[in-house]
Amino acid sequence: MASLVGSRVERKEDKRFLTGKGRYTADINIANQTYAIFIRSPHARAKIKKIDTSKALKASGVVDILTGEHIAQDKIGGLIAGWAIRSEDGSEMKCPPNPPLAKDNVNFVGDPVAVVFAETLDEAKTAAELVKVDYKELKAVVSLADTMKSEAIHEGIEKNLCYDWLLGDRQKVKEAFDKADKIIKLDITNNRLIPNAMEPRACVVDYNTASEEITCYTTSQNPHLSRLIMSAFGGVTPENKLRVIAPDVGGGFGSKINLYNEEIVCSWASKKIERPIKWVAERTESFLTDTHGRDHITHAELAVTNDGKFLGFKNETTANLGAYARVFGTVTPTYLFGPCATGVYVMPAAYSNVKAVYTNTAPVDAYRGAGRPEATYTIERIVDKAAIELGMDPIEIRMKNFPTEFPFKQTLVHQVDSGDYVAGLEKAKQMSDYDGFAARRKDSESRGKLRGIGVTTYFEACGIAPSPVVMMLGCGVGLWESAEVRFNPTGQVTVYTGSHSHGQSHDTTFAQIAADELGVPFENIDVVHGDTDKGTFGMGTYGSRSLTVGGIAIINACKKIITKAKKVAAKMLEASEDEVEFKDGEFVVAKSNKKKTIGEVAFACYLPGVRDEVKSPLPEGEEPGLKESAFFDPANFSFPAGSHIAEVEINPETGEVKLDKYTAVDDFGTIVNPTIVEGQVHGGIAQGVGQALTENAEYNEDGQLITASYMDYTMPRADDFPEFQLGFTCTKATTNPLGVKGCGEAGSIAAPPTIMNAVINALDGQEISMPATAEKVWKACKELKKSNAKAA
Amino acid sequence: MKTFNYHSAKEVKEASKLASSNSAFLAGGMTTIPSMKLGLATYKDLIDIKGIKKLSGIKASGKTIKIGATTKHVEVAKSKEIKKAIPSLAALAEGIGDPQVRNRGTIGGSIANNDPAADYPSACIALNAIIHTNSRKIDAEKFFKGMFETSLKNGEIIEAIEFEIPQKSNYQKLPNPASRYAVVGVYVAKYKRGVNVAVTGAKSCVYNAKDLAGALSKNFSSSAINNVKITSSGMNSDIHASANYRANMVKTFAQKAVDAC
Repeated sequence: MASLVGSRVERKEDKRFLTGKGRYTADINIANQTYAIFIRSPHARAKIKKIDTSKALKASGVVDILTGEHIAQDKIGGLIAGWAIRSEDGSEMKCPPNPPLAKDNVNFVGDPVAVVFAETLDEAKTAAELVKVDYKELKAVVSLADTMKSEAIHEGIEKNLCYDWLLGDRQKVKEAFDKADKIIKLDITNNRLIPNAMEPRACVVDYNTASEEITCYTTSQNPHLSRLIMSAFGGVTPENKLRVIAPDVGGGFGSKINLYNEEIVCSWASKKIERPIKWVAERTESFLTDTHGRDHITHAELAVTNDGKFLGFKNETTANLGAYARVFGTVTPTYLFGPCATGVYVMPAAYSNVKAVYTNTAPVDAYRGAGRPEATYTIERIVDKAAIELGMDPIEIRMKNFPTEFPFKQTLVHQVDSGDYVAGLEKAKQMSDYDGFAARRKDSESRGKLRGIGVTTYFEACGIAPSPVVMMLGCGVGLWESAEVRFNPTGQVTVYTGSHSHGQSHDTTFAQIAADELGVPFENIDVVHGDTDKGTFGMGTYGSRSLTVGGIAIINACKKIITKAKKVAAKMLEASEDEVEFKDGEFVVAKSNKKKTIGEVAFACYLPGVRDEVKSPLPEGEEPGLKESAFFDPANFSFPAGSHIAEVEINPETGEVKLDKYTAVDDFGTIVNPTIVEGQVHGGIAQGVGQALTENAEYNEDGQLITASYMDYTMPRADDFPEFQLGFTCTKATTNPLGVKGCGEAGSIAAPPTIMNAVINALDGQEISMPATAEKVWKACKELKKSNAKAA
Repeated sequence: MKTFNYHSAKEVKEASKLASSNSAFLAGGMTTIPSMKLGLATYKDLIDIKGIKKLSGIKASGKTIKIGATTKHVEVAKSKEIKKAIPSLAALAEGIGDPQVRNRGTIGGSIANNDPAADYPSACIALNAIIHTNSRKIDAEKFFKGMFETSLKNGEIIEAIEFEIPQKSNYQKLPNPASRYAVVGVYVAKYKRGVNVAVTGAKSCVYNAKDLAGALSKNFSSSAINNVKITSSGMNSDIHASANYRANMVKTFAQKAVDAC
């Protein structure tokens, strides 16, 4: 039987998704359900003076209205930051309380203060308009640059500073800088983004008055974690009385890692009002309250020699946390960002210093790439600037600073197990016809257009895992993953995983690896995820960790199955275990024709009576049944890397930027399903191009989100993209048996600097910030024309 | 969305009779329905006019093209008569919104709404359109009064829009990258008696750029307007484009349109 790993198996998910049969949270209805509408702050910062629900309570169909007072009375806990980060001076980070319904203060537009439950959605909406909230407006803190000079938003948090974190050695960096021929300096912003999962957040909660169990269907990337937080920190109900189900989920990109206010409130309230509750976010609510991403201001410096060797790197960043610190909010701009800020290069000395601050804006948390896009943007932009200032080719300067031996001890934290950065960049150079660029540029110029080429080489640390490491860095939980593999008596297999698929195609990929391990046809394997009552526990899907952590747990569980099945097979075949070999789904006795299929063995495990001449197929002491579970905690992160090259063409008359060519060469180690991996790369690049060219979350000075709809928030569309050229190189990861590395975030990490380097190249080195929208580029083109005229 | 009464009219008279100060006519619903969903508009009655047969269809004569009010954008985009007589009008329709919008949205709905960034109003002005309603004929210049404002009276229904076939014409727009509405859209049409230049997206309402039209009437080439000054006063300014940028783009896109004629 041919191995399925590496094969373009068609996705099991396609049929249900492409025929509109996916079953999402909003598709679920429970008899007698009520509808929830949340009343949200229209102000970015205000004190709640009074909430008057008297009129609304009398409105038609209203079942109940609950406020922050009720939450406080019932001692329901708030939302939490999952990682404790310490400042450079050793002090602990400062996090404000974040009650599920605000009682005293609201801190961003969209912060929920009350909730109406009614018999119909219309009635809930009508009643919500009758709830009178009396606010005392306060001056909002919005500008990231000015935050630390502004009035403190949260009591006791001076300068609005959560922490002032340092990674690296300032003294060593100073010494390196003293030796430098040249210091390259760069001030950049990493624009705020809104993840925009196509499926808005939702929850449907059912309280069983008999068993006292709460079942919460929700749009989550990690239902087990949501249950843990809701139970342990929210105090809604004990974990054994809480079942969280995340059915089909339409995209998360990090925004559905967090447990949100609405899930806690609806779960708690369902028990209180003894009615099922349904809540589905409207698109505006998604814009306002889903966690946002990025939002950094960075000053970076790179010390170089005249021949382009890197000596040292400084990264001074202010990161916006928004109004509250959420699950990955505090780690995203630190350990997920700082270590990767030196890029793929040998960097003798470096530090990353990050000040994370609160503002009166939506909470900022992990968004596809989480920290690594920000890091890669910083280093790849400054490396290009160095190339310009030193008069070097951007590929040459990168090649000059690559590590060539692996494992490679990266400057700030990571021990990179494997990689071949030279091979990747060579391949990208070839595939993109880098040498033919000059001719293409001429051709563009002949049509009155400006053409630019941009290069990025990246590495990233994903497959976010090793529990001892992450817990040492401040993570509140271990980041292992679990799996359970169950054989049915009739030979089909069900794989339970703690990972969660919300677009990643686990049904297919996980079935492929299980099919290889067990020798069972792919069609006979089902993957089950997203239900805390099915499977042991799981840490969920984010940080490109599903295959490298969750997938390996499945493999290990499969191996345990084979170990047991082999014992049983040996007994059935009247041979010793050593004589039995497992291959392609069959247990074969060496040098004989005697064999049993794994299906026959599974059947025997469940019906361990007389079989042929064997009285019992089970060896003495062996339990009936065939089901095993495994928890996997890898030795390290995984370190995918790659080289992306893009070409843009600019119309100087309008400033419109057309992405004309995009080449991505990535090293994800072993690839299980190339079609799925290519899809992940495509999606990542699309989001990265969005950040570089179109997307921007903008608040006005009062803290009103002025890009709160698709009329203003510019999502990239299919016709904004050329055909991507994808290529792969492969150095296997040494930290897991499959040799796989994460692939989910690569595109969104590499694309922004690739595109911006190309835009800046077209503009002859003129700086421009993301997103490179038409008017900005048009202005830069005018400047360019002026300076060219002067030079002439 | 608040509850409302839905009526499906079969005749123009019936639709007009149902109208009140708290009603809206529904054709494609591409603006009305989202506005209602967002709570920006509420109506007691929605009067669906899609079922009125005489309001839909395209009629070509030697001098004009007459398009029924409920004719969809996709029908205009694909119409052989329009492609032959006024290709720029078919191209304009092809560039509105996205396929979903073009398959539902109607020309009558678009001009009755008079969104300052909509495409069709510029075609009406540039192509000397006459708006036929159930009670009168209105010149396009008099029809578009201001932002989301037209000279339509309560209960008055647009029946058709009649465009004068030009010698040459072209429409060029800089689409808003998010909504694909016009940041600036310029419709240039050349007639024997002179040139029209209609601009949408730039100000609070579509307008006839008389200075550009005058220069082009004398010399129909893009260089003819090189020295026409376009001031940014009165231009829209938003996160996508400043008034200054819009003013510059009016000229750039007028030149593009002339070059494409």
